[in-house]
Amino acid sequence: MAFLRCHDVHKEYIVGTETVRALDGVSVTIDRGEFVSVMGPSGSGKSTFMNLIGCLDRPSSGTIELDGESVSDLTSEALAGVRNQKIGFVFQQFNLLGRTTALDNVALPLLYGGVEGSERARRAGEALARVGLDDRAQHLPSQLSGGQQQRVAIARALVNSPDMLLADEPTGALDTATGTEIMNLFQALNGAGLTVIVVTHEAEVADYARRILRFRDGIITADTMDEVQDVAV
Amino acid sequence: MSLFELVRVAFDALRVNMLRSFLTMLGIVIGVGAVIAMVTVGAGAHAEVDRQIQSLGSNLLSIRSGSRWFGGARTAAGSTQSLTVEDARALKAEIPEILAAAPTNRGSAQVVVGNLNWSTTIYGIDADYLVARNWVLSQGREFEPSEYRNGAKVALLGSTVVNELFGAGNVVGQQIRVKNVPFTVVGALKGKGQSVGPWDQDDTIMVPFKTAQGRLLGKSKHRSDSVRDIYVSVRDPRAMDFVQEEIAEVLRQRHRIGPNQQDTFSIRNMTEMVEARAEANQIFNMLLAAVASVSLVVGGIGIMNIMLVSVTERTREIGLRMAVGAKERDIMLQFLVEAVTLCLLGGLIGIVVALTVTVGVAEIAGWPVLVEWPIIFIAVAFSAAIGIFFGFYPARKAAAKDPIEALRSE
Ligand SMILES: Nc1ncnc2c1ncn2[C@@H]1O[C@H](COP(=O)(O)OP(=O)(O)O)[C@@H](O)[C@H]1O
Ligand SMILES: [Mg+2]
Repeated sequence: MAFLRCHDVHKEYIVGTETVRALDGVSVTIDRGEFVSVMGPSGSGKSTFMNLIGCLDRPSSGTIELDGESVSDLTSEALAGVRNQKIGFVFQQFNLLGRTTALDNVALPLLYGGVEGSERARRAGEALARVGLDDRAQHLPSQLSGGQQQRVAIARALVNSPDMLLADEPTGALDTATGTEIMNLFQALNGAGLTVIVVTHEAEVADYARRILRFRDGIITADTMDEVQDVAV
Repeated sequence: MSLFELVRVAFDALRVNMLRSFLTMLGIVIGVGAVIAMVTVGAGAHAEVDRQIQSLGSNLLSIRSGSRWFGGARTAAGSTQSLTVEDARALKAEIPEILAAAPTNRGSAQVVVGNLNWSTTIYGIDADYLVARNWVLSQGREFEPSEYRNGAKVALLGSTVVNELFGAGNVVGQQIRVKNVPFTVVGALKGKGQSVGPWDQDDTIMVPFKTAQGRLLGKSKHRSDSVRDIYVSVRDPRAMDFVQEEIAEVLRQRHRIGPNQQDTFSIRNMTEMVEARAEANQIFNMLLAAVASVSLVVGGIGIMNIMLVSVTERTREIGLRMAVGAKERDIMLQFLVEAVTLCLLGGLIGIVVALTVTVGVAEIAGWPVLVEWPIIFIAVAFSAAIGIFFGFYPARKAAAKDPIEALRSE
């Protein structure tokens, strides 16, 4: 069942007098429960693609449907609602609030989802437990290792039970061993039914995915399914 | 997000830069403090003026012998005593708005009791004087009509004289000597407290008018019924100016002063005199108002400046909040509440400081402390309004950020 459907999506940036075609006609359909890896050289449009399907931005032309509903021309307020309810974002730079405990960082999306105080703490605690950090709830980000910080960020992405987890180079700031840990976590989450889309330029990282989208110059040049990986879960 | 959450987020943000937050508040602290001080001190001073007017006598006009100007040089008021007891009686009879018209003379003398002596002012009065000047007895009685008529050797003592010569206790029936003449004390006057200017109204002795003329004030060069001052109390404060005109009219007729001739008396509105002096306080108040408004504007601009800095510093945080679902309105409110919290805290500190200072000032000046609660609430509301006004632009700037750009920023 298709969860995400992109049709002829273009994204152009005007820099001075030049027009940069960051995405130049992308069409792709991703089903619920898929684990997709997005690869391609730097500047090929991977982040632009993630931002568009993550509802952080609108395409210049083309349509993007989430869950059967077009998000291409929603108001910014409605987009914020979609980001809050349907999408979990994980960034390369973790982006945790520095003076806020792990628990409160995780609870942040619930704050904007209008979830009440005690319920917030309960659900944030649960999400931390899912990433194995329930014993670090009161730690500040500076008191956690890089891998732990990224897991807090993942817990934050999971806390609102999103339909889709988007991660743009989530292991880019981590050493290999820790990166592997994080990818194992994604794999486990995907095994539990979550749709996961990960941008990476490391082949080993891409190996976790069953499907690879290759980007070049703003278009998808290859869309491959790896049947062998089917048994991995 | 609930208001409580917003305020908590704001406090967290302000706590991070405690010193900066405090310095930013300072302008508001000074501005609000100055407004509160101005109003509270002003109210106290105003009440004090009312009290002084009351202590002089309500709606009091004083008529003094002597022209203001005579041959180009001012003659000392009272130096020629043209007014008479008859003038006072005539004024009261002819002008119905007059409640009391009291002819008086005064002079200074030593009062002796045993081996104590005290130098004070002696007033020769008639029955209207106590009414006109709002004197109230604390002990004993007023003079009897017969005592006025016969020039009896009886006296009323002001509270300062009582304290100096007798300390506390009953003075009725005590004997005193004034210029070697023995007097019997028949009563004491309730103190008027803080004086008007340097003059202590309670440092006084009163004797019947006739007694003073004959024995104490030695007015041999004048007619025995000539007086220095006539105090007139008017029934209705709104009739003061009119009565003043009437008095001048009646006296000119009685003294046969032609239209082009100089008056031989002068009339002063005592209430106006006190009020005129109170206007000096207004200048102080206006100065404070200027400080307050400048400080509030500068404070507001300071808040705006710091909020702009804060928005720039926290661009990434804004992007992250947007990415996890904050709407533009949420971001806007977050920064607006932060600015308002800053201003409200400043306002509250200002109020506390101002009240502390004004209580001190009132204590020193001997004024009543009148805290005007409405102005406190207005000050609080006004601080919040400054926060909203000067916080609006930075908050809108924060809310208008593009989430992707914001997340990418350093
Ligand atoms: N805000 C922007 N303004 C102008 N050009 C941009 C902007 N964002 C991305 N681009 C350009 O779009 C292209 C794709 O960028 P991006 O999606 O970030 O690539 P990737 O993530 O694959 O490295 C690049 O050429 C980049 O310079
Ligand atoms: Mg990128």
